[in-house]
Amino acid sequence: MTEPINIHLAEGNGRHRAETRFKAYGIIAIAVSLGFLCVMVVSIGLRGAPAFTQTFIQIGIELPADKIDRKDIADTRFGALVKSALREMFPDARTRSDKKQLYRLISANAEYTVRERVIDNPDLIGTNANLWVRASSDADLFIRGNIDATLDENQRRISDKQIAWLEQLKTAQKVETRFNTRFLTGGDSREPEQAGILGAVVGSVFSLTVCFLLAFPLGVLTAVYLEEFAERNRISRLIEVNINNLAAVPSIVFGLLGLAIFLNFFGFQRSTPLVGGMVLALMTLPTIIIASRASLRAVPPSVREAAMGIGASKVQTTFHHVVPLAMPGMLTGSIIGMAQALGETAPLLMIGMVAFIADVPQGITDAATALPVQIFLWADSPERGFLEKTSAAIMVLLVFLVIMNLIAIYLRQRLERRW
Amino acid sequence: MPEFEAIPDCQPFELTNAAILKAHDVNVYYGEKQALFDVNLEVEKNAVTAFIGPSGCGKTTLLRCFNRMNDVIPICRVEGSITLGGQEIHAPEVDVVALRKNVGMVFQKPNPFPKSIYDNIAYGPRIHGMTKTKAEMDEIVENSLKRAGLWEEVKDRLDKPGTGLSGGQQQRLCIARAIAVEPKIILMDEPCSALDPIATATIEALIEELRERFSIVIVTHSMQQAARISQRTAYFHLGHLVEFASTEQIFTSPEDERTQNYITGRIG
Repeated sequence: MTEPINIHLAEGNGRHRAETRFKAYGIIAIAVSLGFLCVMVVSIGLRGAPAFTQTFIQIGIELPADKIDRKDIADTRFGALVKSALREMFPDARTRSDKKQLYRLISANAEYTVRERVIDNPDLIGTNANLWVRASSDADLFIRGNIDATLDENQRRISDKQIAWLEQLKTAQKVETRFNTRFLTGGDSREPEQAGILGAVVGSVFSLTVCFLLAFPLGVLTAVYLEEFAERNRISRLIEVNINNLAAVPSIVFGLLGLAIFLNFFGFQRSTPLVGGMVLALMTLPTIIIASRASLRAVPPSVREAAMGIGASKVQTTFHHVVPLAMPGMLTGSIIGMAQALGETAPLLMIGMVAFIADVPQGITDAATALPVQIFLWADSPERGFLEKTSAAIMVLLVFLVIMNLIAIYLRQRLERRW
Repeated sequence: MPEFEAIPDCQPFELTNAAILKAHDVNVYYGEKQALFDVNLEVEKNAVTAFIGPSGCGKTTLLRCFNRMNDVIPICRVEGSITLGGQEIHAPEVDVVALRKNVGMVFQKPNPFPKSIYDNIAYGPRIHGMTKTKAEMDEIVENSLKRAGLWEEVKDRLDKPGTGLSGGQQQRLCIARAIAVEPKIILMDEPCSALDPIATATIEALIEELRERFSIVIVTHSMQQAARISQRTAYFHLGHLVEFASTEQIFTSPEDERTQNYITGRIG
């Protein structure tokens, strides 16, 4: 009679429980971090979403032919016309302060909207036109229900009278909420309802282009030299250690370096994407070098031996076989480094990319700002309307980050070759 | 004691061709450790020379000296003289690229480039500027694949990646790649150790054919393989060349006791 062989789980065996417990810890950790991520994305999304819509108010404006010079429409003082139009719509605003409140219903830049309309369509001159202009930020917030009308009058940013006028406009169907194209196509502005993100986006794109053009070739060539050609001696080890340490240097230090060298010593113009890109390149370089070296090291030595075995020189072996195989890894590393650079604020502050710039930059030597700096600037603004702009700008930044990471994943899958 | 079959196609030791490669007093060091001790050896033209011996005995090290592949190992130091066709390969005027063009190599693990079959073969002739036209290149590719016995199997898929072939096919592709640059000597470092017996038999038959045009040095762990395909055999032990003679003599009447022990399976 043979002894029975027991292959069942022993009672009181701690091993099985430990495994289950460990799995549970992992799942809990993932769930918690996903939860945080969801909270962050949802809260930013909810807060930022209103920035993509904008309230418009229709005003009936008289455009008398005798006050507008057809040859020089831009010179006309449309501000006065807009104000008189408002006074006509609401004749009950008689006192100075009433009138002031009335004017504050619409954006301070409404006159420019009117001017553009008239320039686009000169036939309006001499008629009584119905034009849509942007509501002011406060009016916009009220229409969207973000201001509690039951509060005491001096505790809200909009007065009882203004509320009454807005209600009148609403019943007359002269209030409309539209998609805010200006947010995506305009430059920065002091008025929240006018502020757009395009200037910052273009500034970031220019900076990152400069950064990539400088950092990628430099980083890849450095990595190739250090990994494939350099002798292993004290100097190369010293360089290696220093590159690894540079990756951990706080980014503001690179900003200071850029300020001292690029601006003060070489005398480049401040606030430009050119200098911004150069500073970001300094910062990204160690990341690119480290990633490139890792991917070069991951190329199996058999490939090098195969090439050298049939008489390829060192340079031929490296550039015909090793570098192409390492390229997906190098590109992925570079894009991740660039994504880091995209979110970097501190070094850009140091070189003056923090200025208020209303124009969309046309080239790398125009003064510009960058996305994270724009977020910082808006978050710093006292106007309540910038609150939603800030969140919306963060959304735009996140979208760009996601796009860059998707490109990295795509390139990796596209270029990766098996060996 | 295992019986060894008669070796019918083994050439008698006396009928030697001229030596194409000579190693004289070769010592190799890896840092402090000496891997080869005073090796003297001649590689015969149009013959297969097999290196056998237990692991770590230095046979691969010596093989890699012949095309200076050890140059890339920073701690490796080679002393002594190795001459190819009478010319010292360590001389300062020697171009290692030209040397490796003449001394091709096939590695233990098949290592085709992650490129098409065509490009795998064409790469060598291309970097050495051996062809002027596409037609010439096509011819080299076809001839190399034919000589490696791979043409019939791959002629319809030359643009497919070489890494998609089976292990045995990959190794023949590597052989085709090596012969495409018309070397004088082909070094083979355990070319069949990663292959099954059928693929091994194919490669062995191929080596026998290649002998007509090339001189072959092969490192092998399989004594039977050395017996089957080589004309001369060198037995290495702990960095020393113990015995170097015709294959027949090594396997039938070895002079050294260590060789005897190894080939009879008492050690190794």
